[in-house]
Amino acid sequence: MRRWGMVIDLDRCTGCGACMAACHQENNLTAAGPEQTRRDRAFHWLKMLPTESRLGDEVMTRYLPQPCFQCDNPPCVRVCPVHATYLNHEGIVGQVYARCIGCRYCMAACPYNAKVFNWFEPEWPGDMKRKANPDVSLRPKGVVEKCTFCHHRINRAKEEARVEGRDVRDGDVIPACAENCPTQAIAFGDLNDPRSRVSQLVSGPRVFRLQEDLGTEPKVFYLAEKE
Amino acid sequence: MRHQTDTLAEQDDLDAQLLRPIEHSGVAMRVTTSALLFVLLAGWVIFGRQILYGLGVTGLNQPVVWGFYIVNFVFFIGISHAGTLISAILRLSKAEWRRPITRMAEVITVVVLAIGGFHPVLDLGRPDRMLNIFTAGRLQSPLLWDVSSISAYFMASTVYLYIPMIPDIALLRDRGTRPRWLYAFLAWGWQNTPRQRAVLNRAVSIMMILVIPIAVSVHTVISYIFAMTLQPGWHSTIFGPYFVVGAILSGIAALLVVMIVLRRIYRLERYLKLVHFDHLSKLLLVMSLLWFYFTFSEYLTAYFGNEPSELRVFFYKFSGPYALFFWAMVACNFAIPVLILSFRRTRTIPGILIASITVVIGMWLERLNIVVPSLANPRLDYPTGFYIPGLVEWAMFIGGIATFILGFVLFARFFPVISIWELREGRECSVKETVERLERYLPDPAPAPAARPLVDRRQTP
Repeated sequence: MRRWGMVIDLDRCTGCGACMAACHQENNLTAAGPEQTRRDRAFHWLKMLPTESRLGDEVMTRYLPQPCFQCDNPPCVRVCPVHATYLNHEGIVGQVYARCIGCRYCMAACPYNAKVFNWFEPEWPGDMKRKANPDVSLRPKGVVEKCTFCHHRINRAKEEARVEGRDVRDGDVIPACAENCPTQAIAFGDLNDPRSRVSQLVSGPRVFRLQEDLGTEPKVFYLAEKE
Repeated sequence: MRHQTDTLAEQDDLDAQLLRPIEHSGVAMRVTTSALLFVLLAGWVIFGRQILYGLGVTGLNQPVVWGFYIVNFVFFIGISHAGTLISAILRLSKAEWRRPITRMAEVITVVVLAIGGFHPVLDLGRPDRMLNIFTAGRLQSPLLWDVSSISAYFMASTVYLYIPMIPDIALLRDRGTRPRWLYAFLAWGWQNTPRQRAVLNRAVSIMMILVIPIAVSVHTVISYIFAMTLQPGWHSTIFGPYFVVGAILSGIAALLVVMIVLRRIYRLERYLKLVHFDHLSKLLLVMSLLWFYFTFSEYLTAYFGNEPSELRVFFYKFSGPYALFFWAMVACNFAIPVLILSFRRTRTIPGILIASITVVIGMWLERLNIVVPSLANPRLDYPTGFYIPGLVEWAMFIGGIATFILGFVLFARFFPVISIWELREGRECSVKETVERLERYLPDPAPAPAARPLVDRRQTP
């Protein structure tokens, strides 16, 4: 059984935000616009989390790329009243947009604030809607949505592998954020495969996860910066 | 038979005052009803607009995904504890002074539950998919416990309101009050036979016992919605009883406000006497102290736990952006009512009214202080804004209050707000029963001088 995971090397990450833009494009995210962003309704599946560290008078601000962490023990799934969000057998937390009633309990329960809500009917500037990625559904207003580790790309890789009569190999699935990272800071793959790149990175000494003490078991790992 | 109707007519005259608003409803009633209906209609139009455009018309935002709607939901459901709990507990403990107030308390419960129960629907992004709760419901979700608990409570308290109303409805039917069909239908064939009375009393007893655990479960489960998450400020074991205590506190306060207002409007001074207000306000005082005890424990553990994310929420309330609301809550729920109600000189009707209104406001602030600050301070360091409710949310709040008043106005238009048959029962047999009961409590009379022989035996040798 596969267990998809992601490793983000903060030593390589420059905080450029290309992953964010790629995610937006790939997953047909609506543009919140300046007015709604001012009202704290910015719309990103992958966010840049600002972190400050102080060393004496020196303040250093970094940005951590933060997708949905696809927890193994997801607090959002536990509270959903209608099975709209669920953990699939490959470890991805899915969201059934057609079933979500928009109660936003999952958003209130998620300690990482990974989910976003469609406050209005989504709009795309110009003819962007016609050029939407056909592999990803357009979400209506009033539902919660989230990062899926580019689940459509996983499915496509699996289908291609089946046509060619082989297993999905490490590196077959590359989410949009990883694909567009100019410094290749994001690695993606099967955590259950000991030979995969993510498994090897995860066994290194620099690995940490955000708020591990909560017991949510996120499947997004960070590699700390070297001294 | 002739004799009996005579006494009934006499008794009707005795309580004619209670029937007057039903049989001679005035212009004032029609004006109030129309005004309230207008407010309600405006509320529906605004809600329609929200459905049309989406929840974006509210002031909710990305970390603060729950706001006024959930605050009002918890608040209104809390008020509902007035009723059933007070009426059921007083009835259960055979507190004779309950007779003129149980009906009002029960009406509060039913009206407010209908309003509160609708609030989660207001809050849904897709109210059109509401029925998914039933077709795809997930038992593990606290929201589903909530739906079941509130529906059970609504049904139980409606039945509990209705059953003790049957003899009064039959009275209205027999007097030929219009609309006749309504009373004829609702009286359910009540003929006041001994068997019917026995069945009624039994049904009331069963409902009264049943309603108490359901009422406790309702607010416990509402607190679980928050407590079952990992959010700082919510994840607390004390939340269940804390919410129940707060609910009873706001419930008694709302009941006192309703009693004072109705007493004034319908001139019920003969029925709602100072003793009733005195007893109830002492209950309010006790609940206020209990509320403070729970609040103190809750925040003290948060402070001593010294967990960074907990502390952020703590100081957000104590000295941060929510300080005003937090300290206003403490003043309204604790300082002001305790000061007013502790002294006999201030425990007058106006004093009690002020204390009750501040408690109602304070309990609303308490719900606000629980819902918003936790969401506004996520564990991760996002730069967060401030939640400011939009006009739509205020409109829905006003709509909720208008519905509450309308519920009472309409109820008072068609049914007596004070249980007439229970008053009669009180006059006819309670005094005797109470005396008998009291005698049973007292120690048995000293044994007759049968003790003598003992003494004698000692003396014999």
